[in-house]
Amino acid sequence: MALNLESSNVATRENRIGSITGYIGTLSDLANQSGCGTLKGCSRCFSQSSTCLSSCALGQLSAIRDVAIIHHGPAGCSVASAGAYYLDKVMAKKRGITNNTVYVGTDMNEKDTIFGSTEALGKIILEVNKRYSPKAIFVTSSCATGIIGEDIDSVVDEVREEIDVPIAAVHCEGFKSRIWATGFDISDHAVLSSIVQPPKQKRNTINFKNFYESARTEIIEIFKNFDLEPVFLYCNSSVEELSHISESLATTCICGTLGNYLGNGLEEKYGVPYVRTINPLGVAGFETWLREIGKVTDRSEKVEKYIEEQRAVYIPKIEEIKKELKGLKAVLGMGPGYTFEVSRVLNELGIEVVWALAWHYDKKYENGDVPPSMEYLLEHDVDFETSVADQQNYEVMNILNKYQPDLYLSRHPGSTVWAIKNGTPAVYVADEYMIFGYKHTLEFAQSVLDSIHNRSFEKNLARRVKLPYTDWWYQQNVDEFLENRR
Amino acid sequence: MAKLLDKQRYKCAMGAMQTVQAITRAIPVLHSGPGCAQKLSDSIGSSGYFSPNIFPCTSINEKDVVFGGVKKLETTIENALKVIDADLYVVLTGCIPEIVGDDTGEVVSQFEDADKPVIYASTAGFKGNNYKGHEQVIDAIIDQYLKKSDEKQKGLVNIWADVPYQDLFWLGNIRELEKLVTELGLTPNTIFGYNRGIENINRIPKAEFNLLVSPWVSVGNMKKMEKKLGIPYLHYPTLPVGAFETSRFLREVGKFAGVAEEKIENIINEHEDYYYYLIERYADLFLETRVMSKQFSVVADAQYALGITKFLVNDLGLVPAKQFVADDTPKVFQEQIKAEFEKLNYGLKADVSFETDGYKIHNEIREHDYHGYPLILGSYYEKELTEELFGHYLNISWPVQDKVVLDDFYVGYTGGIRLIEDIYSVAVQRWN
Repeated sequence: MALNLESSNVATRENRIGSITGYIGTLSDLANQSGCGTLKGCSRCFSQSSTCLSSCALGQLSAIRDVAIIHHGPAGCSVASAGAYYLDKVMAKKRGITNNTVYVGTDMNEKDTIFGSTEALGKIILEVNKRYSPKAIFVTSSCATGIIGEDIDSVVDEVREEIDVPIAAVHCEGFKSRIWATGFDISDHAVLSSIVQPPKQKRNTINFKNFYESARTEIIEIFKNFDLEPVFLYCNSSVEELSHISESLATTCICGTLGNYLGNGLEEKYGVPYVRTINPLGVAGFETWLREIGKVTDRSEKVEKYIEEQRAVYIPKIEEIKKELKGLKAVLGMGPGYTFEVSRVLNELGIEVVWALAWHYDKKYENGDVPPSMEYLLEHDVDFETSVADQQNYEVMNILNKYQPDLYLSRHPGSTVWAIKNGTPAVYVADEYMIFGYKHTLEFAQSVLDSIHNRSFEKNLARRVKLPYTDWWYQQNVDEFLENRR
Repeated sequence: MAKLLDKQRYKCAMGAMQTVQAITRAIPVLHSGPGCAQKLSDSIGSSGYFSPNIFPCTSINEKDVVFGGVKKLETTIENALKVIDADLYVVLTGCIPEIVGDDTGEVVSQFEDADKPVIYASTAGFKGNNYKGHEQVIDAIIDQYLKKSDEKQKGLVNIWADVPYQDLFWLGNIRELEKLVTELGLTPNTIFGYNRGIENINRIPKAEFNLLVSPWVSVGNMKKMEKKLGIPYLHYPTLPVGAFETSRFLREVGKFAGVAEEKIENIINEHEDYYYYLIERYADLFLETRVMSKQFSVVADAQYALGITKFLVNDLGLVPAKQFVADDTPKVFQEQIKAEFEKLNYGLKADVSFETDGYKIHNEIREHDYHGYPLILGSYYEKELTEELFGHYLNISWPVQDKVVLDDFYVGYTGGIRLIEDIYSVAVQRWN
């Protein structure tokens, strides 16, 4: 990709890497079409709410320790500050550190939409700086400020000399992209352009992009075997730590959607290799990923030794539990960084994927390749019905009603409840490490079993509730509202 | 003008999607960017018959910003009517269509003959916060759906209280208000929560009067209904929490409705007997808790700041330190709310600050001498602050992370007891 750190604007995923949010077909067709350049996303003439890219962008940035986020817009845009406050406090407490990040809004009103409020914004930035002495400041826009043309770049430039920490304008207009993951790119861009410094010395570290570092201690222990030290990003990262990530031996990420902008950016700008294998979920994923890390950091021997030891412990147990999972049918709906990875793990465990929904699809990664998770499935002759839908719940319900699978897997808040109301057991794969490595693959398999062994909760609820969709909708094809469908 | 919103305690007008959601089988249809519903929802009982992730939404993109989104709104409403089984469709407009000038009213008017009612409310985020948005939705129902009724149902009274979901206890509170009004021999009518919905909305015009229990929210709605539907209203500004205020509430409502005094006093006596049976048994705990000073602060919307201050002073004999109203109360209501804070037993007056800047609120709390361990009732933002002051903390206002409430409530005699249980459940964990 061509990284332009001079501009504060990031092109959307749609424009940069041809990402789409509307498609129905099969995995092989999706790959073929995207490979030969004929894939065109469809839009919908009816849709349900999805997610705002600013939640992804600012969720990432506000997890950095001791920074300030100034969200210029009406109070609804900055409402995420309440959740960020809570998360920062509990995540820091878990680590035994403190995080004094502040996330404020500007409570923009009607007058501001007519007369503008850049002057007030400038004062707010200076006041926040005075109150909290943050280690970095991110000033972000919203739909309203974007449309009326508030020039936040100029405001930031004007106050820059009065502020002695990194400060960046972050463009977060929600209408820019239907792909909320664009927000991850926006946050990476802000970090790369304002905080990361050119390398001074190489370190034995590996950048590890993740969400909430739940497997932190465990991964630190694993990497000790290879004399590598992981640096987890961005939750609980300090600005000082971030300024040095260009000095790491490599970058890896638990979710390709989350990390590819940063990974590719660090590679392009500072030559830090980005590990682009399938992700460390399931057995094949974990081993392929570890081997690649061994390769790029010149530690293959140590990695092979570790794999051999761990296989002896876990593979027999995983083989044992597979016997109980065989023949189960699953539908899953996740971001593309997980859908095709989890599909692989389900296949590994003997669970048949009957339909996989990805909330969006990146035709190409930043380096131009087809996503590795998909390539892997097709190379192994795994194919299934696939659709791309930005969390369109009515499509999910139509599919669940038609296929009545044994389980539904998802990882977005508010999604599991709809499956269980359909009477389908749901597994919430929210923790990004839920299927990480041998140990968690085994635990995941056990969770799936536990979920289907006691179906009381979903059966009780499904028996008592009425679903909000009409019979008419259940009789339609899933692609009813896709425009220009084939 | 734009201001520093530090530790924000409200959402924007579009947050009124939760007001719509609280009306059973009413669905918001959002004319907005794709992520407004997700942002404005919390996991506090929002996965009901409808949930925010299934609210139809035009998911405005860059093209719509340039060319307008009316066509998309049209297909969204049209298909929402086909796909979703609801009784009332409420189109809520966000920032984008209101800035670019989409004529939402015109689009909605095309659905006048639809099988189900479709109305719209202007809830652009910059128009105000979710307290205002709540009023906008009720106004839309009055203006676009309700018609004046010549027929009145004897004893029927519409009850209105604060904002669903923004108020953690909204469901339990309104049910308890209904119970109290029922005891007076009246028939309550409310539109929010279980088993309430379009039928209750249809009944609104037949009521003899509207009862508003809120310091300021919905006063405008009451005036509108008085004018358009000819329904008089009684505005009771204090959320009645505990015996003192609830008895006062019953007397005032009873008097307004023409209920015999003796009947009201009998009801009150029966409740107070039980209330003080409980208090008597636990009075030693209240008096002998070694870790609580007599002073307290509430940081909440006007409703809880006022209701809880009156309860703690008039029922429990505590002394108010400064109280903070953080809901951006419109200036026109501030004087009369302030006056309410000054009507406390023994001539006590609570100093109240209308302040939305959490930094200033926290500094004032830090600087006040509570003469011991303070009791702070507020939002999640006050948790760490109270720990710093070695005080007792209870999460009673938004944002809420420290409490899960399904149908608990603080209203009435029982509600007062529940609040005492919550406060002393915190206090008994410490010893001095």
